[in-house]
Amino acid sequence: MAVGEMPAQRNYSGEILKATFSKLNPREMLHNPVMFVVEVGTVVVAWLAIVANTASAQSYDWLVTVILFVTLLFATFAEAYAEARGRAQADFLRRTKSSTRARLMQKDGSTVLVESSELVKGSHIVVEAGDTLPGDGVVVEGVGSVDESAITGESAPVVKSKEDAVTGGTVLLSDRLVVEITVNPGETFLDRMIALVEGASRQKTPNEISLSALLGVLTLIFVLVVVTLVPIASYFGPHATNTTTMVALLVCLIPTTIGALLSAIGIAGMNRVSLHNVVAKSGRSVEAAGDIDTIILDKTGTITIGNRMATEFLPVPGVSLETLAEAALISSLADTTPEGRSVVELAQKVLKMPELPEYEGEPIPFSATTRMSGIDLEDGRNVRKGAVSAISEITDNTPKELQEQADMVARDGGTPLGVEIDGQALGIIRLKDIVKTGLKERFAEFRSMGIRTVMATGDNRITAGVIAAEAGVDDFIAEAKPEDKIELIKKEQSEGKLVAMTGDGTNDAPALAQADVGLAMNSGTMAAKEAGNMIDLESNPTKLLEVVMVGKQLLITRGSLTTFSIANDVAKYFAIIPAMFAAVPALHVLGALNIMHLKTPHGAILSALIFNALIIPALIPFAIRGVKYRAESADKMLGRNIFNWGVLGVIIPFVGIWGIDRILGLFGLA
Amino acid sequence: MSIQTILTWAVVIGVFLVTLKPLGTYMVRVFTFQPTILDRPLKPIENFIFRVIGVDRESSMSAKEYSLSLILTNFAWAVGAYILLRLQGQLPFNPQHFGAVNPQLAFNTATSFTTNTNWQAYAGESTMSYFSQFAVLSYLQFVTPATGGAAGIAFLRTLSGRKLGNFFVDLTLMTTRLLLPLSIIVTLILVAQGIPEALSPYLHVHSIVGQTQVVPRGPIASWEAIEHLGQNGGGYTNANSANPLESPTALTNVVLTIAMGLLPVAFFYAFGVITGRRRLGWTLIGVAGVLYLVMLALLYFPEAAGNPIINAIGLHTHANMVGKETRFGIGGTAIFSTSTMAFTTGSVASAHDSFLPISSIAFYMAMFLNMVFGGKGVGLLNMLMFVIITVFLIGLMVGRTPEFLGKKIEAKEVSLASVAFLIHPLLILAGTALAVATPAGMAGVFNPGPHGLSEIIYGFTSAAANNGSAFGGLGAALPFYEVALGIVVVIGRYASIIAMLFIGQSLLQKKAVPESAGTMHTDTVLFGGVLLGSIVILNALTFFPIMALGPIAEQYLMMAHHLF
Repeated sequence: MAVGEMPAQRNYSGEILKATFSKLNPREMLHNPVMFVVEVGTVVVAWLAIVANTASAQSYDWLVTVILFVTLLFATFAEAYAEARGRAQADFLRRTKSSTRARLMQKDGSTVLVESSELVKGSHIVVEAGDTLPGDGVVVEGVGSVDESAITGESAPVVKSKEDAVTGGTVLLSDRLVVEITVNPGETFLDRMIALVEGASRQKTPNEISLSALLGVLTLIFVLVVVTLVPIASYFGPHATNTTTMVALLVCLIPTTIGALLSAIGIAGMNRVSLHNVVAKSGRSVEAAGDIDTIILDKTGTITIGNRMATEFLPVPGVSLETLAEAALISSLADTTPEGRSVVELAQKVLKMPELPEYEGEPIPFSATTRMSGIDLEDGRNVRKGAVSAISEITDNTPKELQEQADMVARDGGTPLGVEIDGQALGIIRLKDIVKTGLKERFAEFRSMGIRTVMATGDNRITAGVIAAEAGVDDFIAEAKPEDKIELIKKEQSEGKLVAMTGDGTNDAPALAQADVGLAMNSGTMAAKEAGNMIDLESNPTKLLEVVMVGKQLLITRGSLTTFSIANDVAKYFAIIPAMFAAVPALHVLGALNIMHLKTPHGAILSALIFNALIIPALIPFAIRGVKYRAESADKMLGRNIFNWGVLGVIIPFVGIWGIDRILGLFGLA
Repeated sequence: MSIQTILTWAVVIGVFLVTLKPLGTYMVRVFTFQPTILDRPLKPIENFIFRVIGVDRESSMSAKEYSLSLILTNFAWAVGAYILLRLQGQLPFNPQHFGAVNPQLAFNTATSFTTNTNWQAYAGESTMSYFSQFAVLSYLQFVTPATGGAAGIAFLRTLSGRKLGNFFVDLTLMTTRLLLPLSIIVTLILVAQGIPEALSPYLHVHSIVGQTQVVPRGPIASWEAIEHLGQNGGGYTNANSANPLESPTALTNVVLTIAMGLLPVAFFYAFGVITGRRRLGWTLIGVAGVLYLVMLALLYFPEAAGNPIINAIGLHTHANMVGKETRFGIGGTAIFSTSTMAFTTGSVASAHDSFLPISSIAFYMAMFLNMVFGGKGVGLLNMLMFVIITVFLIGLMVGRTPEFLGKKIEAKEVSLASVAFLIHPLLILAGTALAVATPAGMAGVFNPGPHGLSEIIYGFTSAAANNGSAFGGLGAALPFYEVALGIVVVIGRYASIIAMLFIGQSLLQKKAVPESAGTMHTDTVLFGGVLLGSIVILNALTFFPIMALGPIAEQYLMMAHHLF
């Protein structure tokens, strides 16, 4: 049983082209009122072109029809393009799940082969080495290494044992597992992720709904302005207005730029989340990420790199550094924990010993009662390292410096380990948490954006305080129990703040559910994954920071393009108003408003309309990639974006329309 | 610029600046039920009123109840006014023996006074009895501004985290604590300046050229006081404040100008006090203040420079004095006109129709925006509506759900605010379109060219903004305009007030988000500039085409030597 057939390389450009046209279907267009108005306008002008009775009127009407139609295509293309990018990503994921077969375990313990689509919640299956896991589930029996590279991109296999969660589409490399399937077909994380990146299950997010309402009303206002202008202008004569020109004016005024790009921005935002290998269960949670005020981060694994490391040896008076280092090395030879290995590495460095020396002896494993570990060498030496109090008990004439040094290490936020050989205390190993590089700068960025970071740790206050200061978090909870996190979340929320957190354990589940953004680790338990509203497939808790950034960028992109869209209208008025009444003798004087000195009335209108169309593809890169964004205070960001999108949004179209008019002039169109 | 102009402006603006703080603070104290100096004489009277109507001073209503009370009360006033005007012939205090007011005019007058528009399709001195003037119309001139003020106060309460309050309490306190005391003071000043306050019949005077002239009298001084303090604007006589009987001196011109602005400006300050965000209050005062000064400049400088064509002929090398009172001059006229438009009073001390087209843009601007301080309470509501729209538009650009005063602006608020924004242009544009498209509407146009169109636009804009001033030259006494404008004033008055009350209630129910570096601050110069920009751009986009067809075309035509 292997991965199903790979789907043939899809022809995305063909699909984009097809979707670009199929999205013109008025029924689908109705979801986007701004572009729907453009579509209606296109049909009206096309009809006018067909029934036009002079050649010049006809050619003008056709030109406008073509430009309007191209405007529509740009809009549908933007959406189709964003969706195709999502689909490309989804296909990559889908390849890993297409029709696997599974060994379903019967009540008597025997197995039968079934299609993975027939598995339901609660089914027990047997997975042999080399099998692809047919669905998400929990290991109920056995231990095995699993290749998760298909979804995480991480090539190192992961060991899975009882109660660990496994994901459909990953491959078991060794041994045999019995897995209980925990989701019904079509509901796996992969399914969710695929649906989301393809935009299929995309629902409008709260801010998108508000923005759509505002855009709808603006469109309504401009429809009103243009429709009433027809009778009002008739004050100057029955044929004061030309319907084609009125449609052109309307399309120029309504916020087509943002209207065309709004859904592409949303889809691309979701894609950017999944590019980080994070599955968001809804678009709402991604948007909420942008509003986060407080982030709660676990110390271990998120702020520090998983384990403590030995950073220093502190011998007691009368003992040389080398003696202590050698004893520490020997005591840790059989210690395979990361802490033990870090002691060995540090000792090798101190002793300038690139190769590990050979020692024979009986390893003494760590136990909770002795609180120490070590080795009984064949040459008779017994070496131990462990809790300082335990070491003190088994040594004679323990120098008081041992305790003093231990206290000093603890004060600095480290963990002291005592080392002794044959009842003689040698000194202290300093174990320390290592803060991940770059985090301090990251937290500073968040602070400048008004986001507070809180570290949660089981350590005592002193240790926690030292690490918190080193990492640059704003606050910490020491000796934290899972309930403390919920308490903190509730407290922050009662102050009106939005809270994000990460978690992996079952006891994190209530807090994950309580948080506004709960990022569960894929390596975590099923309960945690169910409770969170996002899942990180790579199980990297620091990813929460990326998600917040994506959420903010999504909102900024929407706001910037909306501002730009509205600011553009100023120039369009100066192009169209003088031109549209050029045929009315009483209003010839309005030619004075033609401050861009556009050559002919038709040329002016076409230039404005062409600019209005071209600005859509010009902004597609911003819609897809998101507007550039740096960490700074809201007021600073506002100043910069107002200039970039508001002020330039007023100026650019003046230049653009003027330029297009000159180019049209070259072709005799203006 | 003459010394008189500079002094007049300095006094008016100076008084606004000096009074806004004590008056704004006093308003907040009154409406948050803190002790004030007028408690002792007025509380027993108010308590008696509250007992009679059965309300509790500190009780509160929902937005729905508040709106409903407001509308029904206003409806009752309109019906009452209509009936009393129709019965005028049978009622007392009618020494000139005026008969019943005809039905369309009674409808138009009742709606226009009830909505604080005070558009007048009649001449007061030849239509209304003393009873109609003081018992019907003056009564409405007290209670209708109190209505607008009450709505404004209710909204401010929600912004400050308090419940909306009770409409009837707010209406009463607005009258007893603000309008009545101030009216008494202003009336006494006006009487001292020689404005009549009498119930005896009109005077028949033999002039020195040997003719007999009828000089109207009546309770004019008290009328003038509340006409301006309440931003009502309906003149006692047809010539309104240009008539020497209503405003005899340059001093009364200044007093009336100040009376119009006192409460609207103080209301902006009260916003800062009640929400505890004085800097934001000042930001909004700054934005409205800049617009006020732009209007003042637009009304003064072109007029002071005079009509370019007449100047070119060499006939006249001074200011354009057509339609202006020499006793006020260009400076005094400009600040009165700016104020009457900005504060949506609508009384006039000059013929707005006779301003140069470019100056007249200031009139339209004030009425389109309807929030350059505006009518008290209502102007602030309109300003805050724009603040909400602006905050939402640009607030997204800082990467957070937009917030105002710590409350998230979401679909509900955006929809309500944008509908409130939509109604104003809808009334103006649809009304104008209807007038131009129908023979009935065109029948009222007596001036040719763009100026005729400008007059129609002015009429509907004035009605929609509840301003009430008119561009003479439009035959507004036709049934078409009496009915159409009557409908426009009603929708224009209540739709946005109600929308804002519901926004207030919705904001009140939300949890406040604490401020952080990620919060966009609205009390900065930057935001003030952005707000000003978005107000100007959004309104320009809506009204630029009709402005181009009206005053802008007219200005260019005038420069090309076409006069109308």
